[in-house]
Amino acid sequence: MTAPATSRTPAAQHPEPPLVALERVERTVLIPDHEPLRILQGVDLEIRIGDHLSIVGRSGSGKSTLLNILGLLDVPTGGTMSFGGVPVRSMSEKRRALTRGARVGFIFQQFNLLPGRTALENVMTPLLYARGKQFWQRERLATEMLGLVGLGDRLREKPHKLSGGEQQRIAIARALVRSPQLILADEPTGALDIETGQSVMKLLDDVARESGAALVTITHDPNVAALAHRHYRLHNGVLVDGELAA
Amino acid sequence: MTGLIAALVEAWSELRIHKTRVLLALIGVALSVAALTTVVGLGNMSREAMVQTQEQQGGRAATVTAEVFPASGEIDVPQVREALEGLVERYGVEHSSLRYQTSVPFQFPDGVSTAETMVVDRGYGTMRRVDLSLGHWFTPTDEQRLAPAVIVNEAFHQRLGLPDLQQNPAVQIVRERSIAATVAGVVPNQWPEAPPQAMMLAGHYDAWALGGEALMPPAMEMWVPEEIAEPLAAAMSSDLGAQFGPGSAQVYRSDYAAFGDPFESIQLAVGGIAGLVLLLGAVGLLNISMVTVRYRVREVGIRRSFGATGGRIFFGVMLESVVATFVAGVVGVMLAVAVVKSPWVQDVIAAGVSELPPFPLEAALIGLGAATVVGALAGLIPAVVAVRVKVIDAIRY
Repeated sequence: MTAPATSRTPAAQHPEPPLVALERVERTVLIPDHEPLRILQGVDLEIRIGDHLSIVGRSGSGKSTLLNILGLLDVPTGGTMSFGGVPVRSMSEKRRALTRGARVGFIFQQFNLLPGRTALENVMTPLLYARGKQFWQRERLATEMLGLVGLGDRLREKPHKLSGGEQQRIAIARALVRSPQLILADEPTGALDIETGQSVMKLLDDVARESGAALVTITHDPNVAALAHRHYRLHNGVLVDGELAA
Repeated sequence: MTGLIAALVEAWSELRIHKTRVLLALIGVALSVAALTTVVGLGNMSREAMVQTQEQQGGRAATVTAEVFPASGEIDVPQVREALEGLVERYGVEHSSLRYQTSVPFQFPDGVSTAETMVVDRGYGTMRRVDLSLGHWFTPTDEQRLAPAVIVNEAFHQRLGLPDLQQNPAVQIVRERSIAATVAGVVPNQWPEAPPQAMMLAGHYDAWALGGEALMPPAMEMWVPEEIAEPLAAAMSSDLGAQFGPGSAQVYRSDYAAFGDPFESIQLAVGGIAGLVLLLGAVGLLNISMVTVRYRVREVGIRRSFGATGGRIFFGVMLESVVATFVAGVVGVMLAVAVVKSPWVQDVIAAGVSELPPFPLEAALIGLGAATVVGALAGLIPAVVAVRVKVIDAIRY
């Protein structure tokens, strides 16, 4: 039996409040004529700027639900959660959307690039929801970000003409273009071969470190998880400190 | 402000990306708008053309005509004219004209002939939309002339040898001492084989004592506001009846709208057809929009993960539809203008009308407005569907 996660760092060690704090978080889904399905149970977690966490777990263990909650796409049904010091329960849907756009970057297993758009247009898309300089300078920012992930010469290419590794690099550029404080990567190498996966993961790790953002990676791959500084395992909706070898 | 511009940029970008789908959807809308605008435009122009013709024949709405037919059968023209002119003065009618058909002998190069001559006041030109092919209608200067001015028809002008009106050509009115009248203008013949005809100001007719044979008794035409036309006619009829005996006066509305607007039913029918055409276009667009939004569920989810709010997604989908249909509307209106303004169509709708009605702005605005409304309606349901998409499910879709 693995012990429940205890990696909530004592407040005294970190004068800055955590970026995201989950306390006894539950996520239950009501199913007609059945017992409520408890997807997450009593999850405690703190994420600070610059953290790199990995979460592993079997399919159906609640990894994606946790990621969606961390990214404000979903809300807990129990416990408390704050984002940037603000209780999520008090945030309206619009406020959550705006916070998500400004402070969270998502990377998906299937890349989820918008079809028919060039690499540049894909990376520019999140900036359409930004205000001020980020909106007006969206082309320059997107070009710079694609240069940073090594695709400066593929700006006008459409995703279907690029390799899986290149597509995921576009997705990384898109997730980082608004300079988020939290990057959530859901199986970022799941659709890539081992070698490409490693190079993409290294890039993601480097870029996240340079930007100072917190990176949370959900993965099945122990090699990918090994790049993180803190490791967790989700088992039947319970988050526990994870041992990589386990 | 940035939000609105961003939404417009996004909508335009979406239209560009999905140009084939958009083009297919919008061909229907553009054609519907073109059909609507053409039908409304043609309807309005035909109506305008018909109104012009009717106004030339019976005066503008509302024209009240007063006539006297004494029971004795003997018409004392000066007395009747005095009574009719008295009406104008008594009731303070602003626009009026005598209409008195007589015959006047003119000296043509090939001999003397009498010509039907209409004795009128200067206001007749405006009230009857008199359209000249040469020269000008009677002006105040013409009224002060030391020689009478006449406006003749093309047959008269032809018989005079087509003199240049710039040279103020004269035509002799045959009397004991001939009177030289100046030809001020030429009007088209009322029918193809019309005989020479002329018009003359009542003041000149009286000043030179041209009194010829009365072909029709004098009448007074008065252009008055529509709302007072009926009571005014009744009061005038009563006045004239008191003067000439009961039943001897007729005062009635002589304009085309005397019994209600005869074009109203045509316009209603045209509007109904146009509405139906547009409805079909809208249903087609809605169908394509619904299919499209289902196809784009995943995209909506991805955009939500970038921070797009529900309002922004709703506005984006709506705006995309509205921008697209507005562009289609502009194309449709341009198409309609090209059709309606084509010489062939113009010949058909405005046959015999000298003052060609312009393409009605109203039709263009209705076309653009309808396109925008169709865009908003066709975008509304897909926008609601897009907002109700569950982000998590959509991303996995």
